[in-house]
Amino acid sequence: MTKFVETSNLPFCPGCGHRVAVINTEKALERIGLNPLDVILVTDIGCHGIVDKNFHTHTIHGLHGRSPALAAGVAAALRNPDKKVIVYMGDGGATIGLQHLVEAAHRNFNMTVFVLNNMLYGMTGGQGSGLTPKCYKTMTYPEGHPQAGYDLVELIHAARAPYARRLVGRGDYSDIVEEALKINGFALLEIVEVCPSYGLKFNRGKRLDYFLEVSGIEEKLLIHENRQPFTLSERETAPLLSEKLAIEVEFNSDFKGTKRIVASGSAGEGVQSAGEIFATAAITSGLHATKKGAYPVTVGVGFSTAEVIVSDSEILYTGIVVPDVAIITSVDGLGHSLSRIQKMTEDGILIIDDSLDVPETRAKVIRHPFRKETGGRTAALRALAFYNSKVERLFPEEALLQTLRRSKLAGKVKENVLKFD
Amino acid sequence: MNVKSSLTLLDGSRLIVESFVKSGADIFIGYPITPTNWIYSYSQKRFPMMLAAPDEITTLQWMAGWSAAGYLPVTATSFPGFALMVESINMAYMMELPMVITLAQRLGPSTGTATAGAQGDLLLINGLISGGYPIPTFSPSNMKDCWELPNLALRTAVELRTPVILLTSKEMVMTKFTVDLGDLKELPRVTRKFYDGDEPFHPYKPGPNLVPDFLPVGNDRWQVRFTASTHNQDGIIQHTSPEAMENTKRLQSKLYRNLDSFLRFEFDETPGADTLLVSYGITALAAREATHRLRSMGYRISLLIVKTLLPVAPFFYRIFEHYRRIVVAEENLNGEYKEILFGKNPGTNVVGVNGIGKMISPDDIVEGVIEND
Ligand SMILES: Cc1ncc(C[n+]2csc(CCOP(=O)(O)OP(=O)(O)O)c2C)c(N)n1
Ligand code: SF4
Repeated sequence: MTKFVETSNLPFCPGCGHRVAVINTEKALERIGLNPLDVILVTDIGCHGIVDKNFHTHTIHGLHGRSPALAAGVAAALRNPDKKVIVYMGDGGATIGLQHLVEAAHRNFNMTVFVLNNMLYGMTGGQGSGLTPKCYKTMTYPEGHPQAGYDLVELIHAARAPYARRLVGRGDYSDIVEEALKINGFALLEIVEVCPSYGLKFNRGKRLDYFLEVSGIEEKLLIHENRQPFTLSERETAPLLSEKLAIEVEFNSDFKGTKRIVASGSAGEGVQSAGEIFATAAITSGLHATKKGAYPVTVGVGFSTAEVIVSDSEILYTGIVVPDVAIITSVDGLGHSLSRIQKMTEDGILIIDDSLDVPETRAKVIRHPFRKETGGRTAALRALAFYNSKVERLFPEEALLQTLRRSKLAGKVKENVLKFD
Repeated sequence: MNVKSSLTLLDGSRLIVESFVKSGADIFIGYPITPTNWIYSYSQKRFPMMLAAPDEITTLQWMAGWSAAGYLPVTATSFPGFALMVESINMAYMMELPMVITLAQRLGPSTGTATAGAQGDLLLINGLISGGYPIPTFSPSNMKDCWELPNLALRTAVELRTPVILLTSKEMVMTKFTVDLGDLKELPRVTRKFYDGDEPFHPYKPGPNLVPDFLPVGNDRWQVRFTASTHNQDGIIQHTSPEAMENTKRLQSKLYRNLDSFLRFEFDETPGADTLLVSYGITALAAREATHRLRSMGYRISLLIVKTLLPVAPFFYRIFEHYRRIVVAEENLNGEYKEILFGKNPGTNVVGVNGIGKMISPDDIVEGVIEND
């Protein structure tokens, strides 16, 4: 009995190149002197993939083209140079899963990939792959492929693999399999072989060398020296929740009810941090608050809207269909909140920078030169402070000042932004 | 006055990530996508290990590799990334590899609106596994759930040897809420248990609760085989042998057998009520508010918030029996959970409160209930 693979009943058609590849793998593994349980074989979908039942190693049989990624996960997780992660995939798998090969080569996961390149899809009936040579007849191109397939070894080398090699798989090539298996880091060995059931049948009378020659495919070995294999170690990290986040309740508020506030300005004008400072100040005053932001995906340009809800009781629904208060500090902000401003009723309050045209609304309108007084970058914060100081007092002015002092804006934003005579 | 408080202003993403780490998740593997950006960046800071994958198929495959090697990986994505993961989640389901996938819903179809919330992916999850088998799916309905359900999701993944979905939405993970840290209970740590028996190991031999024992690949004691193809108890590919068919059916029956261990819901019952409001996820917040309002208006109404969405608990139908009218509120066009619970043509006593492009509001639900009274 052979140690790694039961070779007496391999599941391939007579003469299949996969058989030769498996026998060479067995020989190489025996010579290296590993134990079967030191080896994890990851097979792709394809004729080669049904061989895992013959292996006495650990085996994983995954999806078409994905085996290098699955194997990379295993290799990265094991972090054990004494364990050998091996991939068997076809040229079909290498085509659909090329990205995984490139990534694994680039990250230099500790694994050896054997691409059993029989120049077509065996399992599905002989269609051409991305590696099929020029003039080779497949089900896809019964007259022969119009151009040569791409050079996988060159591609993987370009992705900085320590080892990428192609050989034409005839006879005993176990020394080269052994060489690939011994690489510390990522190694890819492309083994060019023939599928008798489709390849030979479609291309009778033509020799393999002919196709390799017209395609410019040759045996080659490409190396990147001195690459460190991928490693990942566990690290200590600080909890995301700690007393440091706690907001002390230092102030008192007589406010009863719920206010839904929309503050709209421009990107880069501190709208989001203003909203967060306002919400935090409400909490320091014993109230509940929620805050969310809306902005275009390109966060550095266009509108920026902060939605803040302040309430004396728990806030469940966090949406704002019609705001109680709209605070507008720029043209971008006005554009974004216009439809909601138009829905506001007599009960609503619109606080708007006096540089802007007042839109049609039933809300009570208050104009103020926020931008002129302290500049665009602090307009939103100033407008929110103005609302609390001059329009409706939700919590003490001191709460906002205190929150600003403890925020990341402390020292960057002058405190007079929050002050009104 | 100076009250020592543990009140904070924080978002669901922070709670979810901290909960995963506290609960024992080993590694976050992911590819960035809105609205999971905060989950990604918190994970980058907080996880003991983090791997940035080059795409979502790789993400799931790497996770499967880590899981096969005995670790507990998690990721987060939204529809476009989730769509790429579908085949690989099926693989992990078939191989019985524990992992958790957080899906933060955004407005579709396709790329849709990345920064608008939605609850539009539940039917996809319901049909995710080829063959129609359920995949355990949890949906946090508030910040407390964002803390507790990741723990339950991990525990379910490990105890039932299965991938698990944590289904949330933009408005849950990118809104800051007032959260009292004192309300967040200690989370029991989830650890993976490995077979230590002296009998040869069979990777798919059902245990007493139908879940097979686990051993990582690479171990020095027993050969381990994982396969995504139809297989027998040893993980050897079979066409449709009786043993293999039993194994495939077990993938579903193990979930129902153990459903009690991971079934979570809130039932706020009003005796004598003949209307039941059902909701989940982000809309559960509006549903709670609407229920308070309706009750203060004199309506008698019960509220069922479902947190274990899939598999659907047969027990729910015992609750439904008692109601003349059932209103299902969710943020999608046609009522996805409504369809899962009651079919495409549920009759006039089941109605949906639905909408897209904005959160379902308490007003919408109040109106929906009154209109159909
Ligand atoms: C995603 C996906 N697409 C298509 C298939 C169908 N399929 C199975 S094997 C195969 C091609 C196999 O060819 P190759 O990788 O070259 O392996 P070989 O059979 O030649 O050994 C294909 C396309 C699949 N299994 N999965
Ligand atoms: S079909 Fe071709 S590749 Fe597949 S086993 Fe037969 S000879 Fe080998």
